[in-house]
Order: sequence, then structure tokens, then C-alpha cells
Amino acid sequence: MAASGDAVLQFPSSSTELSARVQPLVIFNICDCYVRRPDQAVRVIGTLLGSILPDGTVDIRNSYAVPHNEFSDQVALDIEYHHNMLLSHQKVNPKEVIVGWYSTGFGVNVGSALIHEFYSREVINPVHLTVDTGFNNGQASIKAYVSTNLSLGDRPLAAQFQEIHLDLRMVEAERVGFDILKKQAVDKLPNDLDGMEASMQRLLSLVDTIYEYVGNVVEGRVPADNNIGRFIADSVASLPKLSSLDKLVNDSIQDHLLMLYLSSITRTQLSLAEKLNTAAQIL
Amino acid sequence: MANPAARSFLQVASAEEAAPPLRVVQIEGLAVLKIIKHCKEFSPALVTGQLLGLDVGSVLEVTNCFPFPIREEDEEIEAEGANYQLDMLRCLREVNVDNNTVGWYQSTFLGSYQTVELIETFMNYQENIRRCVCIIYDPSSSNQGVLALKALKLSDSFMDLYKNNNFTGEKLRAKNMSWVDIFEEIPIKVSNSALISAFMAELEGDSPVTQCDYDRLQLSSGPFVERNMDFLIKCMDDLFVEQQKFQYHYRNLSRQQAQQQAWLQKRRTENMARKAAGEEPLPEEDLSNPIFKPIPEPSRLESFLVTNQIANYCNQINGVSGQSFSRLYLMKALHED
Repeated sequence: MAASGDAVLQFPSSSTELSARVQPLVIFNICDCYVRRPDQAVRVIGTLLGSILPDGTVDIRNSYAVPHNEFSDQVALDIEYHHNMLLSHQKVNPKEVIVGWYSTGFGVNVGSALIHEFYSREVINPVHLTVDTGFNNGQASIKAYVSTNLSLGDRPLAAQFQEIHLDLRMVEAERVGFDILKKQAVDKLPNDLDGMEASMQRLLSLVDTIYEYVGNVVEGRVPADNNIGRFIADSVASLPKLSSLDKLVNDSIQDHLLMLYLSSITRTQLSLAEKLNTAAQIL
Repeated sequence: MANPAARSFLQVASAEEAAPPLRVVQIEGLAVLKIIKHCKEFSPALVTGQLLGLDVGSVLEVTNCFPFPIREEDEEIEAEGANYQLDMLRCLREVNVDNNTVGWYQSTFLGSYQTVELIETFMNYQENIRRCVCIIYDPSSSNQGVLALKALKLSDSFMDLYKNNNFTGEKLRAKNMSWVDIFEEIPIKVSNSALISAFMAELEGDSPVTQCDYDRLQLSSGPFVERNMDFLIKCMDDLFVEQQKFQYHYRNLSRQQAQQQAWLQKRRTENMARKAAGEEPLPEEDLSNPIFKPIPEPSRLESFLVTNQIANYCNQINGVSGQSFSRLYLMKALHED
């Protein structure tokens, strides 16, 4: 135990509010790699690609798995594979750079610290993402960490992983449709009218909920909340009060009918042209 | 004592099994998201990528995909493209991804994808892989809230015809083929592993409204429809040009026939005169005469492709109009209170 005079255990000041954003594709990729892992591996490790937004948020957009071997205290990572994949990915999208790495499994352990050190040689302040595929605690937890080095005087002691705020917004997945992505098998992709119907039903149910709520408040069953009341008043007021609305709507409907007519005529023209072209016989 | 009716193992192994027809394409959610991301990032430029998966019976499973870098028109980059493909396939093999190519995907702009290049790429792929499929994704339709993903395959009869490069009228009539028979659309099924559906279920509860709904319920469909009409009109012009070519050809043909008849008449009268004079009659055909040279019939391939495109645009317009009707009536109902 060296008595190092007046060395003080230094905690670096907490970094500014760093936060990360993850696209749903990354989660899909990680789960797929986990399902396909070789039998003797317990967890999967890979690189995260993305970019750093101007306000400091780390935007994680893509990922790929890197083969690795883990023994009790040592970790061997296939660095050449990592570089090859990085080059290939950058040929397609040069703006995606390494922003960190991920591993499946809950929590951080010794091996992770070593890997994190490797990645911090590639990029400053890498983000470490853990995706809990084992569903410990009975829920899916995806956490992001950055590490800071604790040092005693001049000697590095340990690396502390601090959790940072993670934004799991799934705008892309919403566009595709959660029903498609949630179920295990969807028999056919919904076409436009089905989707329209679903959206309108959702709108209808929303209106019903609000109606019920207002009814409840009026009859005193539920205490009135002024904020919600204001929101409702705002939304109802946002319907524009145009006197000529009927005319506008009718005009639009007529325009669309005209287009439908045009497209039917075009199709008739097509079949006619085809008959003329191929049915004509040259004597 | 081998039963003569039973075939030996070697015989069975070497016998070619007729492949069951492709009925459904099963894509994993992962591949769908990857395709969408790649096409969206580079829109409006058109991008392509490779599909990987398995061919199982009458189902073609697509389990993963990777994008191709955008290639400039340069000869030496061709080799780089091939190298990139091999590298990616090798790397993906190491993480146990199926590195079996089953086709390719490409993005399109408002559905104008039926071109000769598409057919040529199909033929190239078909030489190496028994069954391949092309997935078309339209990022501009997705702004209207529709997932515009289509799986296409060339029909077999069309492929035979294309190999012989023969698109004359009689051949087409003999096979009873019209422009609808070129491309076959295959229904798509989406599947997900259990792990990922568990994750999705956890991470996003059933929220009452999604971004998709916002997109669909938007009233303004003007720009989309305008562009569609624009392309439709251009295609009609192209179709007109093709028809002009046919008319020109027919006119030439009938003119040539009239010339042939006139020449034949002349020959016949000459022969009669010769017979009367006791000389050898001249042959009634003279192949060296340019009148008898057969005029090549213009290929109908272009007009078929253009027709396909027009049909596509019409379908899209129909779809958008249907949606707009619902939206407009909804608006009207909201205002009646």
C-alpha cells in the first residue's frame, strides 16, 4: 500500500448531459445476431455506427456483429473483421462512423472494460449499449453507458460506467407499422384502403375516449383537470370555420373523380392499342 | 435383389426435380427495415442492394440484405463492386448469416421501374440462381402512409421469348402473351423471430396513434398526384412514339408488297413473251432485288414496358384517389356538427 502523499481520489466532473438515440434497425440487427450466434458464445459483441448530431446527441443508426472469444479474464476480438466491415459499410454510407459498441446480456463486467478500452482507441468517448436479451428482471432493458476513468493521482484505478439517457424513438418502425413488426408472421402487407380504415378507426376511438371523459367530468364522476380541458378546447377550436367549406370539399371530390375517369380512359386506350398492335395480321 | 422398378440412389439424385412454382416471398422484419432505411437515406437517387436468404420449396425466404455502394460509370470500379460483394458475403458468413443470394432490391421513384435494364439484370441473375426475385420499394409512396413494397419475378414464358430475342407479332400471338404477362407479382409475407417480437411488444406499448396515421390522414395529396400525372403524360407520349413506329413499318410493308406485285407482273409478262419466242423463262423470284428483302419488324418490348408503366401509374392514381375520397368525406362529417 503505497502512501502517495497528498494524492486525492479524483472523480472527473460529470460530463455534460450526453444522450443517445437508437434507431429500431439497430435493435433488430442485434437480436438477429444474437439468434444466429455460434453455440459456444454466451453473448454477442459488435460495433455501433452512426453520427454525432450538432447538439452532442449520439445518433446510432447501424450496427454489425464482430466475432469474439471470451475466456475467464481475457477477450479476443477479431480486429481485422471489424476493420473490413467498417470499410465496406463506409463505401455505402461514408457519413456513418464508429460511435461505440454493443453487447447482449445484462450489466457490465470485466471483459466489457477491456473491450471498451479498445473502442476508445478508435473513437473518443465511445458509447456502450447493452441489450438484455435474457430478459432479466422480466423486462427488456436497453441501456447506454459512457465510461470515465477513475484515477488516483497518476495511476488509473478503474473505469466507471455511467448510464446516459437513451432515446428509443421508433419513428421508422411506426411508419412500417407496428403490427407487421410485432407479430411473428403477417400474412400479407396491408394495402392502402386497409390502412386508411385502420387509421380512421383509431381516430374514431380517440374521439370516443374524449367524449366519455368530458361526459364524466360534467357529471362529476371524475375530477376536472384544467390542462386537459384546455387541450380539448384548443383542438376543437383548431377546426377551421370556413363558410365555403362545402364548396371546397365538393371541388376536391370532383377533381379526384376526374382523375379516376382519366385513368380508366387510359387503361381502355392501352388495351385497344395492344389489340391493334398484336392482333393485326399481315397478309 | 434390387427391384427393377425402384430407382437406384444415384438415379434419383441425378434426376432433375421440377421446382415447385414460387408462391410467396417471406421477408424478415430486419430486411424490411434495412431496405427502407437504405432507400430513404438516398432518395431521390435510385439505389440497389443484394438480398440474402434461403429457397425452400414454394417459399422464398429473405433473411438479410446489404446495400450496394453507388457506382459511378467507370470501368475500373466494376471490379471493385465485385470485390465489395465478395467481401460482404464472406464477412456475413462468419456471423452465420445465410450468404445465399436470392435476388436484389432497388428503390424506385413513383413506380417507374419497368425498364430494359431491369429485365437484363433479371436474365443475368437467372443464369446463376434458379429462383430469384426483385423487391421494389417506393419511398415517395411511404409519405402517404402506404408501405409500397413489391416482389417481382419475370414470367417463364417471357424469359423464353427474351432469350430468343424475338418479339414479332406472330410469336406473341402464338403464345397468347400480352403486356400483363411480363412481370409476375408475388405476395409478400413478413416474419419475425420470437425474440424481436418480444422486444417490440415490450418497448412500444399500443399507443393510440402512430406517425403512420398522421401521414395517412393528411389532406394534401396534391404534389404526389401531380407528379404521377406528369409521368403518365410523358409515358403516353412514349407510347405514341412506339405506335408511330409500327404504323411506319406497316406502311413500308404494304408499299413493299405492292412493289413486289408490280415486279412479279412484269416478270410474268416477260416470261410469256419469252415462251412465245421459245426462250427459257426467267425465274419468278429474284432474291438479289432489294424489293424482296424482308423488312425487320420493330420489337414490341419497349411498348410492352411502357404499357406496364402506364398501368402502374393508373393504379397509383386510383389508390390515392380512393384515399382522398375517404379523407374528404371525413372532413365533411367533422364539420357538420
